[in-house]
Amino acid sequence: MTSPTLEPMGPAANGQAADDVSVLAIDPAVAKIDVQGLDFFYGKTHALKAVSMGVAGNAVTALIGPSGCGKSTLLRTLNRMYALYPGQRATGRIMLDGEDILRPSVNLSTLRAKIGMVFQKPTPFPMSIHDNVAFGVKLYESLSKADMAVRVEESLRRAALWDEVKDKLQTSGLGLSGGQQQRLCVARCIAVRPEILLLDEPTSALDPISSAKLEETVTQLKADYTIVIVTHNLGQAARLSDYTGFMYLGELVEFGETAGMFTKPVTNRASDYLTGRFG
Amino acid sequence: MAVSPARIASRRAGNVVFVAFCSLVTLVALVALALILYSLVVQGVGGLSLDVFTKSTPAAGSPGGLINAIVGSIMMCVLGMVIALLIGVFAGTWLAEYAGNSRYGGAVRFLNDVLLSAPSILVGLFVYEILVAPFKGFSGLAGAVALALLAAPVITRTTEDVLKLQPTALRESGVALGSPFWHVIRAILWRSASSGILTGGLLAFARISGETAPLLFTALNNQFFNWNMTRPMANLPVVIFQFALTPYPDLNKLAWAGALLIAATVLTVTIVARALTKEQKRS
Repeated sequence: MTSPTLEPMGPAANGQAADDVSVLAIDPAVAKIDVQGLDFFYGKTHALKAVSMGVAGNAVTALIGPSGCGKSTLLRTLNRMYALYPGQRATGRIMLDGEDILRPSVNLSTLRAKIGMVFQKPTPFPMSIHDNVAFGVKLYESLSKADMAVRVEESLRRAALWDEVKDKLQTSGLGLSGGQQQRLCVARCIAVRPEILLLDEPTSALDPISSAKLEETVTQLKADYTIVIVTHNLGQAARLSDYTGFMYLGELVEFGETAGMFTKPVTNRASDYLTGRFG
Repeated sequence: MAVSPARIASRRAGNVVFVAFCSLVTLVALVALALILYSLVVQGVGGLSLDVFTKSTPAAGSPGGLINAIVGSIMMCVLGMVIALLIGVFAGTWLAEYAGNSRYGGAVRFLNDVLLSAPSILVGLFVYEILVAPFKGFSGLAGAVALALLAAPVITRTTEDVLKLQPTALRESGVALGSPFWHVIRAILWRSASSGILTGGLLAFARISGETAPLLFTALNNQFFNWNMTRPMANLPVVIFQFALTPYPDLNKLAWAGALLIAATVLTVTIVARALTKEQKRS
């Protein structure tokens, strides 16, 4: 694995200017999602402050930053997961294919069919491996048994799990190892044929070997999906992503191409975080 | 700072006294339980015979069994459980998934806890007032409703508790696939919590299967075999209550046999419930 060379840049965290912000604009022609002036509130807590960011299509965008900086919150606005909880609200605009998904009239089922999500802890449903993968598909399509079997196989193959489970599709998904369970969750997502995958610290509960396998899966999925990944693992962000956003205290401090961000961060705060001066 | 040997000695002595006291009190409770079980088994087995399972309750002096009471008890318990499961599972689901910390949710939760410890005779009187007195007749139906009112709070409570144990991420991953929340509950959460909910149901069943007081005011009793739940219905607890008080030894014997049957049923159900709970902890 290649870890980027990090050299300290600029002054230390104390002399920060308020305008210590650098956000690369993504060309609207390649942007799949465009977040515009997004604010987010947990009750009275202001968790995201005027976040504007483009997410390039068919690329991996990583969100990094210290705990509590708002990266998971940002991810959870993209599929409006927060709508599950009264008291949480977002203002601003999130354009997906030219439509503002924050509008109340948006059909959440159709939105979430387009946007899959994988969580920190593997969450296999209490049913067979086959039924886990078929669960989402059944919500939108009525496939014949044979077609469903094809879809399940295709999804498990793409999630790099097929070879390990092909002989036990009818056994419970709860019986798999943690890493396998997480890849099952990936398969369950892509079975619905979404366009976007949101990954919320998908490897933080996994051992190093399982993590590496999942990273490999993500790399392979990049060609067909727009992926946004939240991670605490800077090496992972550097390895997987094309673009990286660094968040701090609810602000998007720096956003740019990963290669540039990890070698020559523009802002002092990103530089301090990446060199381990805080975080 | 060093602790003086005298203090250590006195702590040890205090420990010995405390443990001895706890053990003694436990022993007293266990001996009492053992004596009850012993006399129940000895007297109950003496009363068991093929007649118990084939003949209806007799008049004093003639041969008979308990089949009408056994069937009546089963019918009322089963119907009661069906009603209680419907109310309990849905109410518990609402409390766990929708009520949150709302004031209405808090009130329902509190009232359910009150019902949980309500004296069963009050429940019997309540059902007497709403189902027996207006229709001018005791009935198995009223008995089943009274039992349901006793079982429902138990099921509501356990359903709420086991659903709350399910991880948030499980709900969110169902929702993230685009599933409506009610479907997540039905297809994922209930399934994930099923053994816990079943355990709650079995415990509720154990609770109601020995209840006498609510049935006295509702199903009353019936000398004869009867499938009709709109008529008074024989049942084991009331038969035991009545036969135990008669001066006739053969009726006393039948009462013992009935008591043994109930105790054995409750024991079996409790063991099954425990096994299920263990299984859930493992998975």
